[in-house]
Formats: sequence, C-alpha cells, structure tokens
Amino acid sequence: MRKMTKAGWATMIGMIALAILPPYFLLTGQAFYVDLATRLVILGIAAVSLNLILGYGGMVSFGHAAFIGLGAYAVGITSYHATWGGFDLIASYNGLLQLILALSISAIYALVTGAISLRTKGVYFLMITMAFGQMAFFLFQSLDVYNGDDGLTIDVRSELPFINLDSPMQLYILSYVSLAVAMLLVKTIVNSRFGMVLQGAKDNNERMVTLGYNTYFYRLAAYVISGVMCGYAGFLLGNFTTFISPDMMHWTRSGELMFMVILGGTSTALGPTLGSSIFILLEEILSSITLYWHLPFGVILIVVVMFVRGGLMGLFKGKGE
Amino acid sequence: MKKLISAALAATMLTSLAQAAEVKIGFVTTLTTGAAVIGKDQEKAVNLAIEHMGGKMGDLDVNLIFADDGFKPETGKQVTDKLVKQDNVDIVAGYIWSHVLLASRKSVLDAGKFLITANAGPGPVAGKLCHENFFSSSWQNDETPMAMGEVLNQKGVKSIYIIAPNYAAGKGMVAGVKRTFKGEIMGTDMTTWPTQLDFSAELAKAKASGAEGLFVFYPGKAGGAFMKQYQQAGLKDSLPLYTTFTVDALSLPKFQAADFTDVLGSQFTQQWDPTIDNEQNKRFVADFRAKHGSYPSFYAAQAYDSIFLIKSAVEAVGGDLSNMDGMRAAMESASYPSVRGEYTYGNNHMPIQAYYLREVVKDDDGNWTTKIVQTVYEAHQDIYAKDCALN
Amino acid sequence: MDYTLLFAQVLNGLQLGLLLFLVASGLTLVFGILDFVNLAHGSIYMVGAFICASLTLLVGNFLLAVLIALPLTGLVGYAVERVVARKLYDKDHLDHVLGTFGLVLVLDTLAQIIWGPAGITVPLPAWLNGQVELFDGALIPSFRLLIIGTGLVVAGGLFWLVNYTRLGMLIRAGASNRTMVSALGIDIQFLFALVFALGAVLAGLAGMLISPITGTSIGMGGQIIITAFVVIIIGGVGSMKGAFIAALLIGLIDTLGRSFLDTLFALVMSENAAETAAPAIAAMMIYILMAIVLVVKPQGLFPPKVR
Repeated sequence: MRKMTKAGWATMIGMIALAILPPYFLLTGQAFYVDLATRLVILGIAAVSLNLILGYGGMVSFGHAAFIGLGAYAVGITSYHATWGGFDLIASYNGLLQLILALSISAIYALVTGAISLRTKGVYFLMITMAFGQMAFFLFQSLDVYNGDDGLTIDVRSELPFINLDSPMQLYILSYVSLAVAMLLVKTIVNSRFGMVLQGAKDNNERMVTLGYNTYFYRLAAYVISGVMCGYAGFLLGNFTTFISPDMMHWTRSGELMFMVILGGTSTALGPTLGSSIFILLEEILSSITLYWHLPFGVILIVVVMFVRGGLMGLFKGKGE
Repeated sequence: MKKLISAALAATMLTSLAQAAEVKIGFVTTLTTGAAVIGKDQEKAVNLAIEHMGGKMGDLDVNLIFADDGFKPETGKQVTDKLVKQDNVDIVAGYIWSHVLLASRKSVLDAGKFLITANAGPGPVAGKLCHENFFSSSWQNDETPMAMGEVLNQKGVKSIYIIAPNYAAGKGMVAGVKRTFKGEIMGTDMTTWPTQLDFSAELAKAKASGAEGLFVFYPGKAGGAFMKQYQQAGLKDSLPLYTTFTVDALSLPKFQAADFTDVLGSQFTQQWDPTIDNEQNKRFVADFRAKHGSYPSFYAAQAYDSIFLIKSAVEAVGGDLSNMDGMRAAMESASYPSVRGEYTYGNNHMPIQAYYLREVVKDDDGNWTTKIVQTVYEAHQDIYAKDCALN
Repeated sequence: MDYTLLFAQVLNGLQLGLLLFLVASGLTLVFGILDFVNLAHGSIYMVGAFICASLTLLVGNFLLAVLIALPLTGLVGYAVERVVARKLYDKDHLDHVLGTFGLVLVLDTLAQIIWGPAGITVPLPAWLNGQVELFDGALIPSFRLLIIGTGLVVAGGLFWLVNYTRLGMLIRAGASNRTMVSALGIDIQFLFALVFALGAVLAGLAGMLISPITGTSIGMGGQIIITAFVVIIIGGVGSMKGAFIAALLIGLIDTLGRSFLDTLFALVMSENAAETAAPAIAAMMIYILMAIVLVVKPQGLFPPKVR
C-alpha cells in the first residue's frame, strides 16, 4: 500500500469528524447542529457529483441545482398527491419508488440537456447549462398545482425499508454513508479507463480523438452519472427540509454549488466536501455574528481566489504532489 | 474547521446555561435585501413595544431574538428551525411574506409552540391548515382587497384591470377583489416576483384594455416603482388607480423627498391607520415618531400588536408558560389593547375586524401621511374560516 | 390586433433592449478583450444608480447628477480593477467567477450599509416626467423616449470608438497581441484599466437611467447581470455588434412575451393556470432563445475571430 498523502490524511480526518460530531450534538441536546451537519453532507454529495464533471471532465456546469430540484420534486409531487389525491399513477409515499423516479428523471434530463450542451465548449457550455437550469426553475415556477413560486411542503417523508427518515439521526447516517459512497464512486470512476479518457479529453481533446476515442460520448456519460448523483442529493434534501420550492433550482444555487467545489479545490477527493462544509459553516457562523455577514464572506472568497492556489485543498499539498 | 465548531459549541452552551425566568420570543422578519426596510420598521415597533412594557411580561423578562428570513422561504424555514431547536424559544412571531410563513409554519407548530403572524395571511393557514396554536395579529390576504372591491362598487366603477405579483399574497389579493367587485374584469397580469420592477408592458396592456379603473397590489419597493411608472405613463385621468398595500408609511417619505405630489389623495383600504383614536394607538404613533422621526407603517402596527397579544397570554397564566391552554384562551379573547381598536378572533384565530378606506394627506407639519375617509366593513371575517376544523 | 398596443410594446421592448445593451457592452468589452468574467459588473450598475440618486436629491437636478455621477462611477470601476480584477486576469474563468461573486457580496452589502435598505426614489424634472403623443392614441412616457435616444447615441459612439479611433485600435490590438502593444510603448495595464472603467461608466449609465423608473434598490445588479451575460453569449463574446443585436432581440422577446403570452395560454388552459404560467414561461423565453442559438451556432451569432 502506498503512503498516505497529506491530502489523504485530511480527507480521513474530515470524514471521521463528520462521523463523530453529529451523534455528539444529538446526545448533548443540540438538535440544530445535527440539521446543520445533514445539510452540509447532502450538499457535499451534490458538490462531489459536480466535481466529477467540473474538476475531472472540465465541464463547468452552471445549472447543476436543477438536478437537486428534480430529485426533491420527485419526492414532493408524489407525496403531495398521496396526501391530497389526484395523479394516482405516481401518488405514493413509497421511498423506493420515489427514488427510482428521482434518479430516472435526473438521468433523462441529463441525457437531453447534456446531449445538446456538449456541442458547446468553455464559457458557452457554462451558459447553456445555466439556461437549462433556468428553464427548469421557471417551469416549476409556472406549475400552479404545486403552488408555483411559493413552494410545496412535504407532509410525509419517503417511507424506506429499515430506515425511518423522520429520525434526524437516521437521516443523517443515510446521508453520511451516501456521501462516503459518492466519494468512493467518483474516485473509482476517475481511476478507471473511463476516467482516464475523461481527464485526457479535458487536457487535450484532439489527442484523445486521434487515439480513436469518441470523447463526446465519454463526456455525456459522465454528465449523466453526475446528474443522477446530484438528483439523489435532491431526493435526500427534499426529505430533509420537507419544504421545496423552485428557488432550489435558481442559478444562484447552481453558483453556490460551483463555489463549494472551487473553494474546496477541484479535482480532489475531499475538496467538494471541504468546500461545502466551509461554505455552510461560514454562512452559519458569520450570520450569527452580524447582519452584514455577506461582507466578510465576500472578502474571504476574494482572498481565497487571490492567494490560495487550487482552493483550500491546495493548502494541504506538500512538495512534489 | 474544528476550531470553528468548538467556538460555536462554546457559544451555544453559554446561552443554554443562562436560563432565567424569562419568556423567549423569536421574531422572524426581513433584515437584509431591499425588503429589509419593512423588517427594520417591524423591528423598531417590537423594540418600542418591549420598552413600553418595561421589558417585562408579568414577572418574566422578555428575551427577544430577531431572525432574518433573507426574503426567501427556504432561509425563513432554516432560521425558524434554529429558533425552535437551538434557541428553544417559547413563541415564534413575525413573518411578512406569505410564502415564507407557509414554508416555516410546520417547524413551529410541530414543535408544539405558538406561532403569531404579524403580517402574512395566506388562505390555507386560515382554512384547511388552521391550527390551534396559530394566531394572526394582521388579516387574511383576501380581506383588504375585498374591502377595495366594495369601495369600487360604491364608486360605480364598471370595469377594472388587475396587475399583481405572481406569489401567494398576490394571488390572494386578486382572488379577494374579484370576489366582491361586481363589474367586469378586463384582464389580469401576474408579474414575476420579486424581480420584475418595470411594468411598462403591463401598463400598456391595462391602458389598451379600456377598463375604467386599475387595481394593483405591490408591497415594498415594487410599490414605489409602480406608482412612479403609473404617473409617468400619464394614466391618472383615464385609468384611476386603486391599490392595497402599495402605498405605505415606508414609501411616503421617499415620495415626499422626490416631491412626487401625484400620490397625494390616493386611496387604499386597511384595518389600521395612525389616526385611529385610542390610547394605545396614540402612544404608539407618538412615541414611534418621537424616536424615529417618521410615521409607523401598518407592518409596524401589527408587529407592535403581536407583542402585546403575547403579553396578554403570558400574564393570563401568571407566567406559567407550560399552561398552553390558558395562554390560548387568553389570546382567543383578544382582550389586549390593540392599536386598531377592539376586535375579536374567529374560530381560525384570524381577526374579525373593521376595514377602512385611507387617503394620503399632508399632516399639520407638512409630512405626508394618511387619514381615514370611510369605514368599509365594521367587522369582517375571512371566507376561509368555514374550512377550518377548529371551533 | 391592437396596433397601438403593439407599437407601445415594441417601444417598451426597445427601451429594455437598449438598457441591456449598455450593461452588456461593457461586459463584452471586458470579457472579450481582457478575457475576464466579471459578475460584479451588475453591482457597478447598482453603485452608479445609487450615486446618481443621492446626487439628484443633493443638487436637485437629475441630468446634472448624471453628469457628475458618470465619472465617479468610472472611478469606482477603476478602483475595482486596481484592487481586485487586475490580480485575477492570469487565473482561469472559474477563479474569476468565484472572486467576482465575492465582490458582488461586498459591494451589495456596502451599498446597504451606506444607503440603507430602502432604496431611493429619483425625481425627474417636469419636462421629462410627462408623455409625448407620437400619433393618435400612442401616448409614450417622455423619459422612456429619452432612454431610447440615449441608448442609440451611446451605441453609435461605441462603434465609432472601437472601430475608428486610435484608442479603439489599441484596444483591439491589445486583445490579440499584448506584447506587440507594449512594444509600441503603450502602458497595457493602464489601457486595460481604461477599458474596465469605460465598462463601468456604461453600466453605471444604465443604472442611472433605470432608477427614475424603478427606483434604486440593493440587489438590482444581480437581476440584470445574468440577462446581460445571456446577451453577450447570444451575440458572441467580444462582439459589440452581436451584443447590440442580441440586446434588442432579448428586450423585444421579453416584453412581447409578457404582453401577449397569457392571452395565448388562455386559449389552451384555464384562465387561472394561464395567469400563473404565462409570466414564468415569458421569463423562460430568453433562455430558450439562448439554447437554440447555441445549438445552431455554438459560439454565438458573431463568434470572435481569434481566441
């Protein structure tokens, strides 16, 4: 076994902290911090999924929040109809059914928008993914049945075998395990032949094409995988907040996901999780100190960009790494 | 990161240690973004209310925590969760926006705490989602525009065009005016909320519709923008304007600074006015003006009332906050001195109260304010009360 | 079909389009020449509007206030370039996005601290506050006509500046070959700062022109910046002509969509559903347009020649 790098150690310590702290909060009667940790971990999954295409694939998606919204609405809409009637075909509290729905809708959406978006490159890709995200945002805003802009309250959470999502701790454990699996999955993909082609296409597309790879399909596949993972995060987030609104898909949310990845460090295993953690903790801590917390928050973002190479994970990079 | 967490931990432990004999109230309002002007006004009124009661409700000290909803339902829910779970408040009050209230109500009510809305009044919370621990110190959204519909009928207006924002309260306002107005609706435009501030396209349509009057609802800064554009479009004579919640004590000083005299004389309906003649209102308006130099808005009046409503409940049970039945009964009787005068509560805990027609005038010192010109309803109850299972 | 209404709506669309062009032109200059993605461009639009609004209340005349506020906004742009933007030029687009987003937060919060959350209502002189009857029944607010006129004049001035002046030549040359321009003895850093300040002045002007209509407000920049990006992407990054055409296109589509979509929708769905759906779908239309344009022309209508 090769020696652990500094970044590897940081990853392990970070994940252990996330495993230990929330039960501690719960035991000391600080339920709110379990909530905070859950939000942080779920957004971590979304950030990890974005990192697969942004960091390793060079595809800067500025519309990833749409997947979160799709996953959450898959829970919200089915649960809504199960409670208030109508649309019998999908009306259900069954979590597995909701999950399948969330993932397949995310996959279809990713396939369609990805197939179109990947015809463009660079900043044009960024903008066209943003456009699709905004379309999803406005589409849900236009749906009067589901309260449009006002959002939907989920009265009954997904019913899963063995797991009770009404228990904050069980929901947290499910989210935490999901995050760990997501990180492992991305690592496996990146180290596979598939991942090599993906990264090769990011660095030098022509070369990979000359070598006989159809990079378009590799990219599209990665985009769909990433979208499905993010849709899964949406499924969890819907169950966590029990309130969903089109706002979850707004471009500013996609922007936040992007910032989490860049802040933590792109193309690193822990970067996205670290980024989402710092992002949410900073927000929480600064906003409890001052009403004008956006000011120090903004300054921190600027300083990180100016002085830290490769995001916060860059701080852990030793010589020769 | 670990340092940050332990710092946060230490801070929360300190606060949980400091448990004295106090009533802890969370007040959720908007303190950032452009809409913060409303939240700040409510904050001033709440602080004034606490000052007026000497910082005490009965024997209990008042511990008030303001929280900022950032003008977003999701943020509103997050801060509500924090108030309930972390700060462990006894009562949550506030809420300017209907969609924020709808997103947050479950967090409070599921935790078995009282929820007092000081402004938002969407239909569902008055009807099928009504709750024994939910009270309103304001109104149900449909009522104020219903009063305006009556006014339109009395004035003999035959047809109107409607422009309103596309969110819960906007839809309620439109539904309200449509319910009582007997003439013809020539068209309805719902605009993107809260981003759209240029109403040129909608005004052009309203003008082309040939309606006799224009009904709009634009709270906060959008109201100011709408009034300007209405005036710039030169529609004052051909298409008279009837509004609810669009001109208020927050926008009038801005209009006065810009010498926008067209707004003088404009009329709108409401359940409160600074000129309402009772001791509580006189003291509230006079002290608010002395302290902040401007008239309080209706948002402020309702926030002020919400704190006194809570006080009446706390005193009724002698400070025993675990006696929720007693507190509920006290609030149901609405026996506190409200700045709007006396009112009663319906089975859904929404006020049954008077609605007035207000007009923008200059006061004796030349400040722009409002006065009551007519009482539209003596005691009006919302139409959702029948859907509420409470009795 | 009501042609007076259609005419009024086309003018409204034109006015919106020209305002968008003012914001987008600065954005496309900075993006095209400096290769810098500037999310904070919208915040400068807001700062310009607030400076002008305060000055209007101070000096009592809107037009005079605009004249004073324009160079001041340019100075703000110059300061932003010196303190933040310049240090980010050699980083990649992702870093630009993150850094300038931080800048947006800083500028928006500072504006709230300085001017308060209420925003300012900007008074106009009486002769601008009325209406002009262009032909029978077509009563147009005179201030909106002023915006259209100003927008057209500025657009013309920009074309002349970029295509026919020495400064424009240097700007274009600086974009494709920095070392060559430096060899000519031109301070390229100063040139870039100048371009940045020019963009700030243009965005500020747009903010000043809109504020008598909508009032100034915190966060007004965040709403226009994304539309401005849509404009420059449809037009092709760096293309002034593209930005102009795309801005007008978007202004018209947005306004006409808001005007006529609900009537169309009411034909196929209930009136209530149409009232909720129409504004959302109208807002969606500019994004649909961008997606279609990018599918047909992946680099916008007027793609940059060398990149």
